[in-house]
Amino acid sequence: MANSSPTETIRLEVFRYSPEKDEAPRFQTYEVPFRKDWVVLDALNYVKDQSDGTLSFRWSCRMGVCGSCGMMVNGIPKLSCAAFLRDYYPNPIRVEPLANFPVLRDLVFQLDSFIEKLKSVQPWIVRKEEKPVSEGEYLQTPAEHARYKDFGMCINCMLCYAACPVIGLEPNFLGPAAIALAQRYNFDSRDQGRSQRQEVVASHEGIWQCTLVGECSAVCPKHVDPAGAIQQAKVTSTMDWFQEVLWPWGTKR
Amino acid sequence: MKPYVRPMPATWWLRRGPYFRFMMREFTSVFVAAYLVLFLVMIHRLYQGQAAYESFLESLKSPLAILFHVVALAFALFHTITWFNLTPKALTFRIGEERLPPVAIIAPNYLAWIVISAMIGWFVLKG
Repeated sequence: MANSSPTETIRLEVFRYSPEKDEAPRFQTYEVPFRKDWVVLDALNYVKDQSDGTLSFRWSCRMGVCGSCGMMVNGIPKLSCAAFLRDYYPNPIRVEPLANFPVLRDLVFQLDSFIEKLKSVQPWIVRKEEKPVSEGEYLQTPAEHARYKDFGMCINCMLCYAACPVIGLEPNFLGPAAIALAQRYNFDSRDQGRSQRQEVVASHEGIWQCTLVGECSAVCPKHVDPAGAIQQAKVTSTMDWFQEVLWPWGTKR
Repeated sequence: MKPYVRPMPATWWLRRGPYFRFMMREFTSVFVAAYLVLFLVMIHRLYQGQAAYESFLESLKSPLAILFHVVALAFALFHTITWFNLTPKALTFRIGEERLPPVAIIAPNYLAWIVISAMIGWFVLKG
């Protein structure tokens, strides 16, 4: 490599857990070549290919789109494909599975709870009545599209769940990404499903669990701002409540 | 399969700056509430009569009372500023495709704060 000599190395301290052998997790240290253009995921792949094939971790696209390679890098949730070694060198890098999730093996964690939460908010366009295809598509202006575009950038990487202490303390909390995606569809001019989603979003396990720590938005690699989505949902849910109290005969939402 | 559940230590909020600042922001409410209690006591003393009120004012001159006021003021300022700066999270306004910049939502809070403080100051000091 031209950009750095092959003798330069960086130390990885990797969280290891084997459900067959281990009662508790342990940390294993690997020395990997330090290269300026390498990310943590490159270093893990180097370990897997060159020195320890038993190391397990998820990854796919290597370019911050698939959302598979989220890990705790020195205690902060990151996409390991976007965490450059040069930002940590010469200090060692500690790699752990995303916090607040049960660990299946090494860096692989159990994401079932997230998938269930995501499904519960019906993250798709809900229509009271579908119009026939012959009537054409549902049109949308650029301004209507801009209303939800940012919340639609979510790649389901779950970094926000790892950053959220409320999830750690209250695992049933619906969580940042699921609420942001609920809002993505609530704000869509073609959607009519808000009152259905509201049963989950405004429930005890929903938005009111959030104490606005704000770290979900800070760690989001796609600038979705789930913390904003949740606070805005709190405002509209409060308005719903006032409407029901002051205007009970007007059920229209 | 037995997934390993990592325990969450009670000291989680000491581990990272943002978590610590969050806890401090929540902690400010204790001082805001404590000052409110003090204020209610003051009103009660005022109701009891001039002598009770003046002895209460005298007790506020103790170093401990002054220290409490300084600390409570610092926490109240931290409370106000952090929450003002968070208002754009809850309030968004759009003009066409563009979202109003956060500063346009934060600034009116500060403006209202200054105007209301000046009005109260004027009302208190003129009398």
